Amino acid sequence: METILKAFNIVKWFGDRDNKMYALKEISLEAHYKEILFIIGPSGSGKTTLLSVISGILRPNEGTVIVKDRNIWEMNGDELTSFRLNNIGFVFQDYHLFPKLTSAENVAIPLILKKISWDDSIKKALKYLEIVGLGGKGELPPYKLSGGEQQRVAIARAIVSEPDLIIFDEPTASLDGETGRQIISFVKSNLLNESRTIIIVTHDARIYEFADRIIHMEDGKIKQSDEWKGDMYEK
Amino acid sequence: MLKSAKKAAGYIKSSVINLAGMRGLFRIALKLLVNDKGKFLTIIIGVTFAVFLMNQMTSMFAGILESSVSSVANVGAQMWVMDPSVETVANSIPLPDYVLDYVRSIKGVKFAEPIYFGGGLVKLNSGKYQYATIIGLDDTSLFGRPVIIDGNIKNIYESHAFIALKDANYNLLDSPPIGTTFEVNDYRGVIVALAKTATPSSGLFGIPTLYTTYSRATQDLPNTRYVMSYVILDPKKKTDIPYIERKVGDLGYLALTQDDFESKIKNYYIYKTSMGMNIGLMTLISFIVGLSIAGQTFYAFVLENMEKFGALKAIGAQKKELIYMLLFQASVVSFIGYGFGILLSSMMIAFAKLRVPNYVAMVNYTSLTIAFFMVLLIAGFSSYLGIRKVLKIEPFDIFRG
Repeated sequence: METILKAFNIVKWFGDRDNKMYALKEISLEAHYKEILFIIGPSGSGKTTLLSVISGILRPNEGTVIVKDRNIWEMNGDELTSFRLNNIGFVFQDYHLFPKLTSAENVAIPLILKKISWDDSIKKALKYLEIVGLGGKGELPPYKLSGGEQQRVAIARAIVSEPDLIIFDEPTASLDGETGRQIISFVKSNLLNESRTIIIVTHDARIYEFADRIIHMEDGKIKQSDEWKGDMYEK
Repeated sequence: MLKSAKKAAGYIKSSVINLAGMRGLFRIALKLLVNDKGKFLTIIIGVTFAVFLMNQMTSMFAGILESSVSSVANVGAQMWVMDPSVETVANSIPLPDYVLDYVRSIKGVKFAEPIYFGGGLVKLNSGKYQYATIIGLDDTSLFGRPVIIDGNIKNIYESHAFIALKDANYNLLDSPPIGTTFEVNDYRGVIVALAKTATPSSGLFGIPTLYTTYSRATQDLPNTRYVMSYVILDPKKKTDIPYIERKVGDLGYLALTQDDFESKIKNYYIYKTSMGMNIGLMTLISFIVGLSIAGQTFYAFVLENMEKFGALKAIGAQKKELIYMLLFQASVVSFIGYGFGILLSSMMIAFAKLRVPNYVAMVNYTSLTIAFFMVLLIAGFSSYLGIRKVLKIEPFDIFRG
C-alpha cells in the first residue's frame, strides 16, 4: 500500500525545560492512501496533539513527519501554510464556520485562499455542497442549518480544494448517534478514494466500525495499532 | 544600483499582484464586517462621531483664524508696514508720518498710502452705544476701500460721511440705511453708502465696521501723537518685495506681505492666546472618544471571530493575509465614518451659517487633512489591537478547543 504519511519518533512536550509535560512520547506511525485511520483514546492521551503534529500545525520537539514525500517540519512558515492549503483538509470539532457568511462562501474559503476568482470559487463550492447533500442550501448562513448540516458544510470546505489528506477532529462530538453514523458513513463511501486518506480523531465508539485501521493512544504513546476487527473495542 | 532598482521593481510588482489576488479575501473580510450589522454600525457611528467633533473643532479654529485676518484680506494691499511689536491688525501701534514718506521713497514701491485702524464709540438714534471699528482710507486714493453695494463711494467725501459695512455685525448698529445719522465719539456721523467685504467676515470680535476718510478718522477720533496705523503699499514687481522689506527694516519698522501679516496674526492666536491650546485639547478629546469607540468595538469584533481566524490559519491563510484582511476592515469602517463625519459636520456648519451670521467655522483642506490623519490613526490603532490578537492565536488552540 502506498504511504501518504510517515511519522518517526515524534516527541512533543509542553511547559519549560525543567518542567516538561510529555504529550507525545516517541510516536511513529504511517497512513496509507485509500485508508480511514482512526486515532482513539481517552482525554489527555495525546491524540489531538498527534493530529496537530502530523498535519503541520504544531511543531514537534523531536521526530520527523513526511507527508507526500516531503518533510513538513523542514519547511518555512509560509511554505508549510501553503502545503496545508493544497494538501490537507480540516474538519474541526466545532466546525468553525463563519456565521456571517453563507454556506457556499464558507465552503469557498480554501479556494479563495488559493487566489481562485470569487465566481469560480462559489461555483465550485455550490457543487461540493451538492456532493455532501446540501444542494440548494448554499445561500443559507450556517446558523440556519442543523448540526448535521453544519458538519456537512465543514466537510465540503475540507474537500473543496481536493486535498489528499483529510483530518477530522471529533467529527461526531456535537451530533446525535444516528446523524454521526450517517456522516461518517457518507465520508467513507463518498470521500475516500485511491488518492486520499482520512484520519479521524475520536473517542466515539459508535463509529469505530467505519475505520480501516485504529491507533489506540494512551499517555502519549501508541498502545495498539491494528486493523479494525468487530470485537476490538467495546462500543 | 540597476540591480537593486530592478529588485525593488520586482518586489513592488509582486506585491501588487499579491494584493490583486487578495480581492476574494477582501470580499470575505467585507462580508464578515458588513453582515455583523450591530458592530459595523457601532464602529461607523464611533468614527463618524469622532470625525464630526474633530472637524467641527478644527473648522471652528480655522474660521476663527480666518476671521482674525479678514481685515487684512479685505483691505487687499500687497504689503503692510508696521511697528515690529504689532501682533494683530486691530492692535496697531501708530507710526510717525515720516515712515510714509520714507516708504514712498523706496525703489520698487509702486505706491504707498496711510491707513487708519481704530475704534469709536457710536451713539445710535435709539440711544444705544455700540463700539465700532473705524477704518480711515487715504483721502486721495481710497486704497483699501470695500465694495459698495448701495450708494456711491464718492459720497465718502461729504461732511460727516461714513460707509457702513453690511456684514454679520451690521445689525449691531441697528441696520442703518443710507441717511441714518449717529454720533461717533461725540462727532456727528451720516451713513452715505453700504459696502461688503471680499471675505465673508470683517473681524474676529463681532464688532461692526465703519469706513471714512483718513483725515476725518484722524480728526474725529481721540488721537495719540502719531495717528497713522499702517502704511499699505503695492510693490512695482513681486521681486521688489525683499528689497522693500530690507529697507523698511533699516528704519526700524517691519514690512510684511499680506500672507506674512496674516500668518503673524494667526500665529499670535495659535501660540500666544489659549485659543490654540483649548481647541487642540477639544480635538484631542474628540479623537480619544472616537478611538475608544471604534477601537473597542473593532477589537470585540475580532475577538468574536478569533476562533474562525484560527481556523483560517489552520486551513492555510498566511499571517500577512489575515493582517491585510483586518487592515482592510479597519480602513473600510474608518473611511466610511470619515465620509459621514465630514458630511455631517459640513452640513451642520452650512446650516449654522444660514441661521447664525456670526458663526465663523469653515471647513478647509487643513481641517479635512487633520481629521483624515486622525482617522488613519484610529484605523491603525483598531487594526493593531485585532492584528496582535489574531497573530497570537495558534491553529493548535482551535484543535484543543
